[in-house]
Amino acid sequence: MGDGDDGAAMELRGVTMTYQGAEGDYTAVREVDLAVAPGRFVSVVGPTGCGKSTVLNAVAGLREPSAGQVLIGGEPLQGLNRRAGYMFQQDALLPWKTVVQNVAFGLELSGVDKAERLERAREWVHRVGLAGFENAYPHQLSGGMRKRTAVAQTWIGDPDILLMDEPFGALDVQTRQVMENELLSLWTDSGKTVLFVTHDLEEAVSLSDEVVLLSAGPGSRIVGRYPVELPRPRDLLDIRTTPRFTELYGAIWADLRNEVMRTYERASHGTAGAGAVQDAG
Amino acid sequence: MSALPTGPRAPELSKTPADPAPPRAAGPPRRRRTGPSRPAVLAAQLGLAVVLVAGWELGARTGVVDPFFFSSPAAVAGRIGKWLGGGEVYGHLLTTLSEAALALVIGGVLGLGIGFLLARARTLAAVLDPYIKVLNALPRVVLAPIFLLWFGLGIWSKVAFGVTLVFFIVFFNTYQGVREVDRVLVDNARMLGAKESQLIRHVLLPSAMSWIFSSLHTSVGFAIVGAVVGEYLGASEGMGYLIAQAEGTFDTTGVFAGMVVLSAVVVVIDLLVNRVERRLLRWQPARERGHA
Ligand SMILES: Nc1ncnc2c1ncn2[C@@H]1O[C@H](COP(=O)(O)OP(=O)(O)OP(=O)(O)O)[C@@H](O)[C@H]1O
Ligand SMILES: [Mg+2]
Repeated sequence: MGDGDDGAAMELRGVTMTYQGAEGDYTAVREVDLAVAPGRFVSVVGPTGCGKSTVLNAVAGLREPSAGQVLIGGEPLQGLNRRAGYMFQQDALLPWKTVVQNVAFGLELSGVDKAERLERAREWVHRVGLAGFENAYPHQLSGGMRKRTAVAQTWIGDPDILLMDEPFGALDVQTRQVMENELLSLWTDSGKTVLFVTHDLEEAVSLSDEVVLLSAGPGSRIVGRYPVELPRPRDLLDIRTTPRFTELYGAIWADLRNEVMRTYERASHGTAGAGAVQDAG
Repeated sequence: MSALPTGPRAPELSKTPADPAPPRAAGPPRRRRTGPSRPAVLAAQLGLAVVLVAGWELGARTGVVDPFFFSSPAAVAGRIGKWLGGGEVYGHLLTTLSEAALALVIGGVLGLGIGFLLARARTLAAVLDPYIKVLNALPRVVLAPIFLLWFGLGIWSKVAFGVTLVFFIVFFNTYQGVREVDRVLVDNARMLGAKESQLIRHVLLPSAMSWIFSSLHTSVGFAIVGAVVGEYLGASEGMGYLIAQAEGTFDTTGVFAGMVVLSAVVVVIDLLVNRVERRLLRWQPARERGHA
């Protein structure tokens, strides 16, 4: 798998995404080309507001490109991407459903009968380490527990493609490492293609087969692609101390830093407050 | 906004035997967010009622208030007792309540349906917007005589009147509730495979639920108002008719008795609505519940 460019699981061809606003149009990303081979784990990094979520929305089919094309398994995407699971940047659990009901939601929508879907959902709840919280409502959970629920909700439907938008961005360092490990073990041997957005470069390098760098907006493009040839299976703790990791990290960070600085300069030249830029490291 | 347990002076109002309270309660309740203790409030509420009713009765007996114009609690209670004992009031009550129930159901279903439709079909909403504004601005009472003309003296003129009151409340709240649903919840459900009907059932309806429920309380009240006002203007039965009859003969006791019976019924119904609401909205964190 993964040999030959034509067999891409997903591909963006000259994708431009423009938002129409009251004060004029805003082109978030311009002419983005990106092909991801099946089974690959690809991370997208870039300064805040550069259009990472926008790219994921295009692949998900939630927002149509203003120009260009999204191809899924070689076919042009029309409407929603039925082969993709999407873990949103924001909390997207239904507040009126319990953990197990939220996890079972996708199965419920596709008409799996109640006993079966609840059983399968309970299995997933176990797998993401939430046993005992099956009947809790989202507002009774911690942020990390909500993210686990979201992982289970997305994975239970067994999508070929996984779109994950800063899934662990809001978590503390320890929880994040636990979740990253779990994500890797879920993904390993699953054959799933992952497009993973993060603002944590360390996370991007340690998880991915390739890191893609988006430039500062507006009209962001892909300005760097960095294959990560670290051996798998990886131990996420050990890998960060290897020389190869440090080298890669340094190379990408130098470029990312440039883009972050450009975003920052633009923000402070404009009327927008200088605080608009988050820490991108 | 302290989360401390009951303050040292809270039990004053409740006079529980376990906690013999000093004779005088001082000041209004101090805690806003955590709320004053329930028994204390209940005791104060009861106390207030006793004071008002006793004052009224005393006034009527001593001639400070004229019983001809204001009746007296004893007379009102006596009349209610007679009504309940003689059974004549049940028929009237039943009529009023069925009119209100029909108005509530019809107005509610229409409001819910059209609210959903317009919230989802933006163009249609834009086209209809001025019409809805005009209709809503119309003082509804002027419609009552026309409905009487159109639908006759029976229950349907009252139902129609109640529907015009209930519809707009439910409609606006549903519309708002559906429009303000979290975008990402909708996107997530769609990515998980939700079709439009499933979206309504699993996302939009529950999300609009708290709006719809806050409107349900008002709607129930308005449905009854609609029925009573309609009866008041022309009917042969119902609580509004009963009150109008009493007024016609300067029977203030009858008027007050009718009002008391009606209020009691509305309170009971409101409690039931609360119950249903608590069941259906149990997923909400307690603090958010029952906004508006
Ligand atoms: N619905 C919208 N309407 C108008 N502009 C939008 C909309 N959504 C996003 N944008 C703009 O598009 C740009 C890219 O947004 P996007 O959410 O894709 O950024 P991001 O890279 O995901 O940022 P972050 O790292 O902060 O999540 C931003 O400048 C944003 O202001
Ligand atoms: Mg984003």
